[in-house]
Amino acid sequence: MAKLLGIDVGSTTVKASVIDEEGKILYSSYMRHFSRVRECVLGELEKVRSFSGSFKICVTGSAGLGLSQRGKLNFVQEVQAAFGAIKKFYPDVDAAVELGGEDAKIIFVTGGAEQRMNGSCAGGTGAFIDQMATLLDVSVEEMDRLALQAERVYPIASRCGVFAKSDIQPLLNQGASKADIAASIFQAVVDQTVSGLAQGRRIKGKVLFLGGPLYFFKGLRRAFQRTLSLDDEHAVFPENAPCFMSLGAAMYAENSKEESLEAVCARISALVGGGEIAVSKPLFGSREEYEEFLARHRENDLPQADLESYEGDAYLGIDSGSTTTKLMLITPDCRVLYSHYQSNNGQPLDIVAGQIGRIYSLAGERVVIRGACVTGYGEDMMRAALGIDFGVVETMAHFKAALYFNPDVDFIIDIGGQDIKCFKVKNRAIDSIMLNEACSSGCGSFIQTFAKAMGMEIEEFSRLGLFAKHPVELGSRCTVFMNSSVKQAQKEGASVEDISAGLSSSIVKNAIYKVIRARTPEELGTHIVVQGGTFLNDAVLRAFELETGKNVVRPAIAGLMGAFGAALYAKENAASALPMSGILTRKELESFSYESRSIVCKGCTAHCNVNILTFPGGRRYISGNKCERGAGLKPAGDLLDAYKFKYELLLSLPDPEKQGARGVVGLPLQLVMYDQLPLWTAFFETCGFSVVLSEKSSRELYFKGQHTVASDTACYPAKLMHGHIESLLDKGVDFIFYPCESYNLDEHSSVNHYNCPVVAYYPELLKANNERLTKENFLMPYLDLNEEKATIKTLHKALMKYKLPQSLIKKALRAGFAAMEQFHGQIVEKGRQILAEAERQGKQVVILTGRPYHADPEINHGINKLLDSLGVAVLSEDAAFEYGNKVKVNVLNQWTYHARMYRAAELATRRKNVHVVQLVSFGCGIDAVTTDEVRHILESKGKLYTQIKIDEINNLGVVKIRLRSMLAAIEEQMKEHGN
Amino acid sequence: METETKPTVDFSDDFPKFTREMKKTHTILIPDMLPRHFELLRHVLGMHGYHVEVLKNEGSKVIDEGLKHVHNDACFPALCVIGQFLDALKSGEYDPDRTAVLITQSGGGCRASNYIPLIRRALKAEFPQVPVLSLNFAGLEKENGLELDLKFLLQLAYAIFYGDLLMSLFNQTRPYEVNAGESEQVLGDCVSHLKECFSNGSYHKFKRNVLDLLKAFSKIPVKAEKKVKVGIVGEIYVKYSPLGNSHLEDFLLAENCEPVVPALMDFIMYCVVNNLNDSKFYGRRDKTTPLFAVAYRWLVAKQRKVLRLTEKYSRFEPQHEFEHLRKCADAVINQGVKMGEGWLIPAEMAALCETGTENVVCAQPFGCLPNHIAGKGASRAVKKLYPRANIVPVDYDPSATKVNQENRIKLMLATARENLQR
Repeated sequence: MAKLLGIDVGSTTVKASVIDEEGKILYSSYMRHFSRVRECVLGELEKVRSFSGSFKICVTGSAGLGLSQRGKLNFVQEVQAAFGAIKKFYPDVDAAVELGGEDAKIIFVTGGAEQRMNGSCAGGTGAFIDQMATLLDVSVEEMDRLALQAERVYPIASRCGVFAKSDIQPLLNQGASKADIAASIFQAVVDQTVSGLAQGRRIKGKVLFLGGPLYFFKGLRRAFQRTLSLDDEHAVFPENAPCFMSLGAAMYAENSKEESLEAVCARISALVGGGEIAVSKPLFGSREEYEEFLARHRENDLPQADLESYEGDAYLGIDSGSTTTKLMLITPDCRVLYSHYQSNNGQPLDIVAGQIGRIYSLAGERVVIRGACVTGYGEDMMRAALGIDFGVVETMAHFKAALYFNPDVDFIIDIGGQDIKCFKVKNRAIDSIMLNEACSSGCGSFIQTFAKAMGMEIEEFSRLGLFAKHPVELGSRCTVFMNSSVKQAQKEGASVEDISAGLSSSIVKNAIYKVIRARTPEELGTHIVVQGGTFLNDAVLRAFELETGKNVVRPAIAGLMGAFGAALYAKENAASALPMSGILTRKELESFSYESRSIVCKGCTAHCNVNILTFPGGRRYISGNKCERGAGLKPAGDLLDAYKFKYELLLSLPDPEKQGARGVVGLPLQLVMYDQLPLWTAFFETCGFSVVLSEKSSRELYFKGQHTVASDTACYPAKLMHGHIESLLDKGVDFIFYPCESYNLDEHSSVNHYNCPVVAYYPELLKANNERLTKENFLMPYLDLNEEKATIKTLHKALMKYKLPQSLIKKALRAGFAAMEQFHGQIVEKGRQILAEAERQGKQVVILTGRPYHADPEINHGINKLLDSLGVAVLSEDAAFEYGNKVKVNVLNQWTYHARMYRAAELATRRKNVHVVQLVSFGCGIDAVTTDEVRHILESKGKLYTQIKIDEINNLGVVKIRLRSMLAAIEEQMKEHGN
Repeated sequence: METETKPTVDFSDDFPKFTREMKKTHTILIPDMLPRHFELLRHVLGMHGYHVEVLKNEGSKVIDEGLKHVHNDACFPALCVIGQFLDALKSGEYDPDRTAVLITQSGGGCRASNYIPLIRRALKAEFPQVPVLSLNFAGLEKENGLELDLKFLLQLAYAIFYGDLLMSLFNQTRPYEVNAGESEQVLGDCVSHLKECFSNGSYHKFKRNVLDLLKAFSKIPVKAEKKVKVGIVGEIYVKYSPLGNSHLEDFLLAENCEPVVPALMDFIMYCVVNNLNDSKFYGRRDKTTPLFAVAYRWLVAKQRKVLRLTEKYSRFEPQHEFEHLRKCADAVINQGVKMGEGWLIPAEMAALCETGTENVVCAQPFGCLPNHIAGKGASRAVKKLYPRANIVPVDYDPSATKVNQENRIKLMLATARENLQR
């Protein structure tokens, strides 16, 4: 009798199982393949050879496809394999959850069999957990142990690693405990699986948990059990969970042809890399080329001075970044006395305090620190804690440093662990700034994570790529996608060397084409300075030079440029402003200590998680707050904030006094309702209904509706809509009114006046995916508000049940339009007041250019308040566009809301103190068109363009840097132009 | 407000126009989408003095050019098309001073109508002299359109009808052919024959030509075998274009399936009927509305003819009748959903399920807005109507790997095979 062998080749592991004809398990194993798929499979076969006789073989798994095709072995899709094995070994199970390296799956067995797999852009997998462990700087096992000690869980986006990072980083920086974060990460994986995969279908009954992560991580198991409310009897964690799929594959092997293992081994050994992968030129053709390259870059170095003998003044620069801390102490003539570079490990404050102490002990009494300056995420904290004199936004710090190395510099690119920053420089001032968005990261830390996954140190891994013969083309999008590309390359048999070189190139391409959005390398400029820790990697530097076709300047202190720039800033500003630096003295430092505690701020409905650090002498540093209230300050007032004005005006619209006799209508305050609420409120109140609004948007509201979200790559406002609908259903309204509108109102500033597809038809998606919605409780008529007659007719039909006379509908509709006009009038008038008042006070004005629904505080995350706290007046696009001229643009100007943005931008081109910050929702395909055009309008008149991408991410840290950079650049520009 | 009285500020760039003289001097490049259809269309355009070439270039260079010139969040189809144009112009095969490019514009509320400015911007960076032509029926780009008269339009319509029929016959024959390569051979012969018909003016002898095609394919010997049928629906470009969908049809054939690809004419009729729906739903009418009504009636009649002939004179399954598709749509979604491929997607899904093709790949560009609603959003509603529906949405994107896509399709196929055996 032949034995049945199942081999499961996943993205990170190879699993094998042997069963006999009766289904008895004779052997199973699980091992990481470190991309050496073929070798690892051969190794397994070798072990299995100890069983005598012939075999029937079947392969499964995402990376097994290529192997099976070229090795002429049978293949079964892995979910199918699992399904078979479940039915045989666990016939009483109702559902199974399987998490793999890069896939997540749910299999419903009873009540209508169904199998689901994550989409191509979904995290919540083993790779995600690995990535997060790297971020926490612990092993995954350690992370699991930590998770079991957690006391609280923070909300973390789990859709993809890049998003989660931006949630976790600030938590780390605020000093949240690693245990809590570890538990939050597992919870995020669970949420992602339950909401993203199950999509409304409840996972209940007896549930089987499969795959490596669910076998190895107790914290993850516990989170699943708790979330799904499963007791130990209903949550099954089988002993063979990691190799369960291979067991299934073995069962499917029944139909394979019988053959000897020798034959199979011979076939697989003979396989060479497939022809399908795209390769590019090697980074270096020869050793000599590399030596020459090294010599050229060695020229850009700073002279050193000996701290242990130096006597005199010094300036300290600190770059407190998101993952690393950098310090530099320089002499007035810019010699380096001391420098330091270190990973944060979550405790940047301790590191800086320790380093300053070290400087004191090395310097003795000979050196006087005349000034100190800090830049980066930790700026405010360092200043509060250590008495640092100045803070400078990191873009300015980097710019100052680059300028020192090349006064003619016209382009600076900085690739750090977590972010990419690029500046164009004109007339020795920053002309434009580009930062990476949440979804095109692919930064330095990616190589690091990947090197670790291959079991190597980053230096060793990168070095391997230098002389790779055929670097693989890996695409240039976000890290999650790159992971898949790597997987594909591995499948095709690419070597580690080729993959290493390919990763370096893809990081560079990502930066040039996706972040900078350069069309040709010439656009970058002629004098390029590259910096950031990632460029210390020779492979990345070389890839950059090859891609741009230019020799660039990489200072030897590339990783310390922020700190150097900060030190330069301290030097420039200390002389005039300070008698002495206010930095903690040696003595004060010795007794330095602080206390950290976190609370939930009750200042407003946002309920921010606020972290409070208390220092000696009662100084405090508060973080995590979105507004001044959290920091114990009073808000500056809404006088100069159109966003706040609009939001409050909207909330005040339905009149609670008006008790309609006909019934209660629910209006979901999201998407188009942010523009048309006045219309529909007045309409229904006139018709004799009471109007009830949905709950205010919040993260909780989002979770409430998350299980009905059909497409997780839709924009956040759309996904929030699901929660609004749930809240109205819970409030027990008679019906929800939410019209479909292909066309918006014609405002005569565009060729056509469409809504975007999501705004236009979202009710269709809600109806199809929320089972609580019926024809009776959800009215979604198709309307074109420009056509009064047809609108009256359609509304009459939609509200048939209430027997409203057409004349009443007509009257109500007119009342509605009058209310909407009044509302828009108030907003436009507010815009006028703000412009005039800002002019009078000499304030800068930012038009936060987005869609009406960006006024929702949950969607804009309080960016308007942030601007207010930076001393800037805030306009909205609908408060501003009436003051702008009409525009003729390159693109087809055919959406009502987008046409407003172009006109708002036009206004900014004519006013010195008016600027545009464009708010873009992640996943908004239409803004792919508008952003380039708004940028074009502004830049054609020498205005800065700033874009902020928003999503469910709550982290304002990056946004703050972006806004401060913009304001600093505006200031510099003004200085330059002498006004 | 005083919008009407505000002056208009011009922020647009200059771009080269396609002048009448260029007809004589310029080669016009069009991106490939449906090889047989486009071969016929190329021929028709040639008869009207436009020297057209259909681009077949593929590979990483095409995608790289696209990535370079197209915004990260713009659609994948735009990226493919622009990549093909740029790659072709750089290949040295075409003189940039004597080359233009052509693209269609639907004029709908989806960003696809903005391909033209995206192409212009890409060309401006490297080939600023190359003009872009638009093929649309929405009155856009009046200076840069083809000069279409009634006869020209009719010829284009006939070419699409024939192309659809060929595609359907080929797909129903190729998986079952006894002699490998015979279907491909017959297909080639039919295309040549049809080109001849266009040249000699007999293209409008519709019945005769349709019967010829039916006869040609009926002659091919086939095996009586039951195979898994897989329907392909979705965004128009990735649904059809091998470059866009990583050769989905070939993949399905290799997986021993029969691909069922709905007609291109459905999409055109969908666009036409949306204009009529606007007038019916909202009372939006203008002077073109009656013209659309006439066109629609003509198209319905012609399509009905092909279907009837197929039914009567061959063993082949006819494609869907458009009026029936509309009824299918009404059961799932409102015909008001008219951006992108809108209601056509669930309509085709439902029609496929109804006719025994319960396995469906819904091909969509990553992050396609209309597809959130009409693709992923509506598939649940389709499944409610047809519980055996086995639909897999697949995202196409320059960086979504083939492994990932194929793995998901394979999952769908595994279920399909099981259902087939039941």
